[in-house]
Amino acid sequence: MPADAAPDTTRDHRRRPHEVRMKKEDHAGIHYKATLMDRDQIRRAVKRIAHEIVERNGGVDGIVVVGIRRRGVPLAQRIAEYIEQNEGQPIPVGALDITLYRDDFQRITRHPHVGKTDIKEDITDKVIVLVDDVLFTGRTIRAALDELIDYGRPRKIQLAVLVDRGHREFPIKADYVGKNVPTSENELVDVQLAEIDGEDEVLLAEKQS
Amino acid sequence: MTQSRHLLGLEGMSAEDLIRYLDTAESFKEISERPVKKVPALRGITVANLFFEPSTRTRISFELAEKRLSADSVNFSASGSSVSKGETLRDTAENIEAMKVDMIVIRHGASGAPHFLASLLDGSVVNAGDGSHEHPTQGLLDMFTLRERWGSFEGKKVVIVGDVAHSRVARSNIHGLVTMGVEVVVCGPPTLMPPEVERFGVRVETDLKKAVEGADAINVLRIQRERQKAGMFPSLDEYARVWGINTDVLKNAQKNCIVMHPGPMNRGIEIAQDVADGERSVILDQVTNGVAVRMAVLYLVSGAAALELGETQTAEQKAREGKQVA
Repeated sequence: MPADAAPDTTRDHRRRPHEVRMKKEDHAGIHYKATLMDRDQIRRAVKRIAHEIVERNGGVDGIVVVGIRRRGVPLAQRIAEYIEQNEGQPIPVGALDITLYRDDFQRITRHPHVGKTDIKEDITDKVIVLVDDVLFTGRTIRAALDELIDYGRPRKIQLAVLVDRGHREFPIKADYVGKNVPTSENELVDVQLAEIDGEDEVLLAEKQS
Repeated sequence: MTQSRHLLGLEGMSAEDLIRYLDTAESFKEISERPVKKVPALRGITVANLFFEPSTRTRISFELAEKRLSADSVNFSASGSSVSKGETLRDTAENIEAMKVDMIVIRHGASGAPHFLASLLDGSVVNAGDGSHEHPTQGLLDMFTLRERWGSFEGKKVVIVGDVAHSRVARSNIHGLVTMGVEVVVCGPPTLMPPEVERFGVRVETDLKKAVEGADAINVLRIQRERQKAGMFPSLDEYARVWGINTDVLKNAQKNCIVMHPGPMNRGIEIAQDVADGERSVILDQVTNGVAVRMAVLYLVSGAAALELGETQTAEQKAREGKQVA
């Protein structure tokens, strides 16, 4: 364990303070300093979000869960699965790629890879639950809202995120939050999900200049 | 290899670059299925479509691709322009660029015209067909259609039938497919076969039935009636009989062999009526895919142009800073 590992910034007192697992190696000016959520914590948070969605909307009618690529998509699928387990009713799941709606498009040099947007459902008059891994400046969500509205006129759009790390630049707020993590601007929150990264883990890293 | 800011041809393009175009097109295809068929990706970018030769499909396809990416586009066709007053290609292009156009899509009767513009202009150049040289976006959309049907290019065989010598569609298809490891056979009247075409990595077959044996796809080229007047083949009737693709010829190909045509078709000459409209025909899929492929091309090319511009600006800034220090 590196000597400068940060203390656990979470307020989850039940959790045994544990060492930073160094499977994620420091690289190119990124130093990993703490695990914010482990597999069980992620599972419980996603389950709780699934319950909250059903509770707040008084059921599952008209709910469509839409994940933002990439890591919002597996989270959306998990949420839909938990809702189906509890309510016995399948929930439609979609995927949104916001690359072409980014507001920094003319400023970033190389055009980034474009993934597929996949929304089969007619979203008009539905309740859309947008899902992303980390809520930070809010710019991704702004782009996602613009793209969604090109698909139809939902009755409501709600936002679920696994981690809210603060530093909003737009008036955007999440309806369902897995974990609030106060961070500094030069920190990074790295969400790892089994479907993409082979395992579930949320790490806190720091950019080193 | 890194993405180029031009698309001039498929010759010499790496498999990695080809796949990048095809994969990106796959993501763009869905946009044309949305209620609002438009994304803001190329907002603020101006594209000039310079068509020195007539075209329906390619011109409309490029225009739709530009509009669906939110680019602004202007159209130019040779008739009714200053070309008829004798203005040179160079002057026409430089004048259009002087009006701050970011990208030029050009179709021209002279092979190499897009390359000439690319060497001259600061903006991006996309080849929409040059003489009998290349038609890279058609090559890419044909490959996209094949991959969509097949899943992968591995172990597949494509037969290109007709006027290979004058066909830019054939050349772009050959370069792209050979790079992806597809077996390519060309077949047609010997008078319409380019000399030493084997050097492109294809096999020449003069018997159509033999050529299509085991074929997974047949790409039927348009026969230009002028070629008959030039004495390249005796009559259209005879061409249809010997080189036309009909259900009888298809019996020799794979059971699920698909038939492609870049359009415009001469029904009853190079392709039989029932084949053109039959279940093996993917001709309209090609047209649909063309828009997605052209969106991908415009997107990737403009991204590379922005990157180059950024690098030049950084270099200039560094040079300026260097001077200040000195």
